[in-house]
Amino acid sequence: MAFSAFATGTAKEQAPRRKSKIALLLLLPGILYLMLFFLVPLVSLVITSFQQPVPYGDIGEFQNAFKWENYVDVVNTYGEHIFRSFAYAILATIFALLFSYPLAYFIGVKARRWPLLQNLMLVLVIAPFFISFLLRTLAWKAILSDESFVVTGLKALSLMAPDAHFTGTPAAVIFGLTYNFIPFMTLPLYSTLERLDTRLLEAGSDLYAKPAMTFFKVTVPLSMSGIVSGVLLTFIPAAGDYINASRDFLGGTGTQMIGNVIESNFLVTLNYPAAAALSIILMAVILVMVTVYVKRSGTEDLL
Amino acid sequence: MGASALLLAACSTGAPQAPEAATDKSDSQKTLRFDSRDTYRNTTGEDFPLLEQFSASTGMAVTYTNAVSDDNVYYGKVKNQLKMGQDIGADASVLSEWMAARWIRLGYVQQIEHDKLTNFANLRLIFQNAQFDPGRRFSLPWRSGFTGIAWNKAALPGGLATVSDLWDPALRGKVGVMSAMRDTLGLIMLNAGVDISSSSWGDAEFTTAVNTLRDQVSSGQIHAIKGNKYKEDLKSGATVAAIARAGDIMQINQEAGDQWAFALPTAGGVLWSDVAVIPIGSTHRSNAEAFINYYYDRQNAVRVAAATSFISPVDLRQPEIGTIPQELSRNEMIFPSEATFTSTKTFRTLSQGEEQRYGAQYQSVLLGAS
Repeated sequence: MAFSAFATGTAKEQAPRRKSKIALLLLLPGILYLMLFFLVPLVSLVITSFQQPVPYGDIGEFQNAFKWENYVDVVNTYGEHIFRSFAYAILATIFALLFSYPLAYFIGVKARRWPLLQNLMLVLVIAPFFISFLLRTLAWKAILSDESFVVTGLKALSLMAPDAHFTGTPAAVIFGLTYNFIPFMTLPLYSTLERLDTRLLEAGSDLYAKPAMTFFKVTVPLSMSGIVSGVLLTFIPAAGDYINASRDFLGGTGTQMIGNVIESNFLVTLNYPAAAALSIILMAVILVMVTVYVKRSGTEDLL
Repeated sequence: MGASALLLAACSTGAPQAPEAATDKSDSQKTLRFDSRDTYRNTTGEDFPLLEQFSASTGMAVTYTNAVSDDNVYYGKVKNQLKMGQDIGADASVLSEWMAARWIRLGYVQQIEHDKLTNFANLRLIFQNAQFDPGRRFSLPWRSGFTGIAWNKAALPGGLATVSDLWDPALRGKVGVMSAMRDTLGLIMLNAGVDISSSSWGDAEFTTAVNTLRDQVSSGQIHAIKGNKYKEDLKSGATVAAIARAGDIMQINQEAGDQWAFALPTAGGVLWSDVAVIPIGSTHRSNAEAFINYYYDRQNAVRVAAATSFISPVDLRQPEIGTIPQELSRNEMIFPSEATFTSTKTFRTLSQGEEQRYGAQYQSVLLGAS
């Protein structure tokens, strides 16, 4: 499983000692691929982000320049959206972790005695992924719409104001993000918890540690690599997501994220430098946050 | 988002140079690729016998697609080929007028040979010219419709008469508007007494309209600003009133029972049009002209209008209109009288500077930015 790749730190030990020409040759397609589809677009993105409009040019016409003010402009105009994106992504990651950990623990540890149940539950976690991301989000839009049984039920119980909406609110967007990224959190957690040595938990209780202490002192540190992988796999795409927050899905004008701003600047107003500058800012902030997070959690081997 | 697209965008610098039209191979190649709208209904139903008839009579193989789901997305896909004068995979594309105006301005379309368009004279006079294309040298009207106000008849038995009625506090959180700028702001500006078709208005009038919209969004009066999905909100009851297109309301009335009413506001409605253009890289210009000319035939045009519920650019008269059911032929939203036409206005063509400024201003409302 691809996710288990995140959970191992033994790559160094397995590395060949001698430099082999064949190995370099085998690496060549991968390097070329990365050059062509990662490095070149990245460089062009940086170049675009500094471009300025062609004097008297038409809409969408820009020329190379070093207009660093583009960055100041987008931060001034869309600072709120940048902040909102990361706030939503952090909340969605926390909720996904809180939801996924018990689930992964149950599948990986408690259900070991019943392999059939274990496999069935894993399939249930992955199964929604057989359906398109867009369709799943649309389905939630229908479930959470004003006339749905969920909202009418909440209103009947006076838990929601009669004229309140759920779609179009931050809660709906965070809910959508959490839901859509739960498998990305659950699977890496499962792959580490599956290998958890339960004798260590017994040792914890033998040494008079309460279950909570055993959990925080033994289980959590042992599953840290899974937590870090899950958090990265959830947080990074969630911060750049533009489907959930879209006005046509779960969001509204007050919940637009940085992805929506990039989409609008790129497709509608054809302000490519602004779209590029926002993309670079998004990448840079994610990179900084992820580096700090990984350093803090003591799992640098992952990078 | 396509980084490679940004790469191409990054490469596209310098002063614009209009590409040259591709050589027409219509004489030897009897094919036509026609990119139309996905919002047009019945493109697989009643509309198609006509297509088959055309193919049978001319021996031309027509590939009719619904590729233009959104003007901006379509433009994003093809603009780099257009800039280089390459084939975009379509011999004719149906675009909104404002997008066609941009293509014409940038030299991305081929000039139409009017000698071949024997039925052009059948068009209503108002469609024979356009602000952005005097004499229709580069664009041909395809379908039109009205934008006005719609409401749920059960929720609002008294109906609505003006755009200001949408701002009634009793409708707070129950109003939907379209994300299409010229539809929504067009109606708001008409409501403010601005003649949207004339060049007498400018930044001040536009900004006032944007601010009106912004206020109604931030106060919670407007529930949502959506693309085609605004009609889903009407259907579900999330909104009970909306700025809407007549064709969309006819469609949801057909789908979910006759529950909604549509009216042109007393201050005037918006007349929108889609036009067909021949992209610069098309090698089948004459074939495209022959196809469009076929649809300009009066008898064919009345069939298309009846099947699709859109206004035909063709001046339809009694002999042809008499061939369809009377109830349908009396529908002013499909077969409008001169009086109805006069009560609507077309949003004027914006200069490229205005297009940039106004587009950014309008998007800031949609994005909730200040």
